[in-house]
Amino acid sequence: MSNADEFTVYGGLSEVTDDHRWAFGTGFTDPLEGIDSSVPAGVDGAALARYSLMLGDDALVYSQRLQQWMTRAPELEEETAIANIALDLLGQARLLLSRAGQADGTGREEDSYAFFRDEAEFLNVRLVETVDADFAELVGRLLLFASWRLALFDRLSGSKDPVLAAIAAKAVKELTYHRDYAAQWVIRLGDGTDVSQRKMQAALCVVWPFIDELFTPHPAEASLPGVAVNVGTLRAEVDDVLHTVCATAGLDRPQRTGLTRVAGRSGRDGVHTEAFGYLLAEMQSVARAHPDATW
Amino acid sequence: MSTEFTAEGGHGAVPTSAAVPATSDVVVRSDWPLFEVFLRGKRGLNHVHVGSLHAADAQMALHHARDLYTRRNEGVSIWVVPAIQITASSPDEKDPFFAPSGDKVYRHPTFYDIPDDVPHM
Repeated sequence: MSNADEFTVYGGLSEVTDDHRWAFGTGFTDPLEGIDSSVPAGVDGAALARYSLMLGDDALVYSQRLQQWMTRAPELEEETAIANIALDLLGQARLLLSRAGQADGTGREEDSYAFFRDEAEFLNVRLVETVDADFAELVGRLLLFASWRLALFDRLSGSKDPVLAAIAAKAVKELTYHRDYAAQWVIRLGDGTDVSQRKMQAALCVVWPFIDELFTPHPAEASLPGVAVNVGTLRAEVDDVLHTVCATAGLDRPQRTGLTRVAGRSGRDGVHTEAFGYLLAEMQSVARAHPDATW
Repeated sequence: MSTEFTAEGGHGAVPTSAAVPATSDVVVRSDWPLFEVFLRGKRGLNHVHVGSLHAADAQMALHHARDLYTRRNEGVSIWVVPAIQITASSPDEKDPFFAPSGDKVYRHPTFYDIPDDVPHM
């Protein structure tokens, strides 16, 4: 550190690199740097693409839902926290949709999957597409999602596909924070006043029916041994987390039956709830109005 | 508003009383206290004041600080301090506090000849 730096206190917050794009904070890393993006031998490319879309759509759709909280959050500080979480998920979605384009051999880019697929082609679980009625539902839903996805990505970081493994390894750190953030609020509200306790309990009753779908194994996973994670094996681990949080918060875990499947199909098969169409219309309308626009 | 602001803080002022009273006809949505945030960067030797935020308690303040002030890779360590715990010098006493040092040039070690081969001076 030079003498001049000692007196420019903010100098200590930035790293010296050749990257001058940012005022503060440099040294950003590419999670896929040096990783071979070809489909590993013996892995079905079409199945890998479908699996990447399943995980990518969960993040993309939930990110869009969280972004709808912007300008509506109860506190400025919470709004930034929600925006950070939405951006983390958007980053995961971009990497996973890009992986789908590499794996299915079409070479399509992330935007092509995000903006030019129709409702029935989205493979996300239905937990992420429904609207939060209040802040308690937001943190309740986030607790379920982040706990489940963290358990899933923790296993996925050992995947035979090096790209999925690298994406998962990066995401685990993000999801750990998301879960921590949600758990902190569920406990704070559950263990708070009578009103906050009642609202938090009601919120858990709303989001709980979506849990079963998270742990229902899908044929796409079975067709990718060593690459995909069988979600059926994650239930005990996630239940443990939810039990701990609910017990600490003084909340009951609702005994609700799962959301019904339609002719045996659910979100992973492209069957979605009514709310999803509106979300998709908002997300896709600009890109569809100006298909080849750049900015 | 009767609260006195005597010190300079992250958002311009640190209230000297425990909480800033709101005007009576406004519904008080939040009376979360103010915290001042200090960050240490990867390369930095000391924590640097970067701003302030509202939080219900110290743990939430740490979360908020992480979300508000480390989004661009700035920090590796965060301190949060309740703003009311900071005792600050008062602008009214600026002259007796600081002006006397202005003309004491002999307090600066500038009257020595320093040999060329002495580094870091």
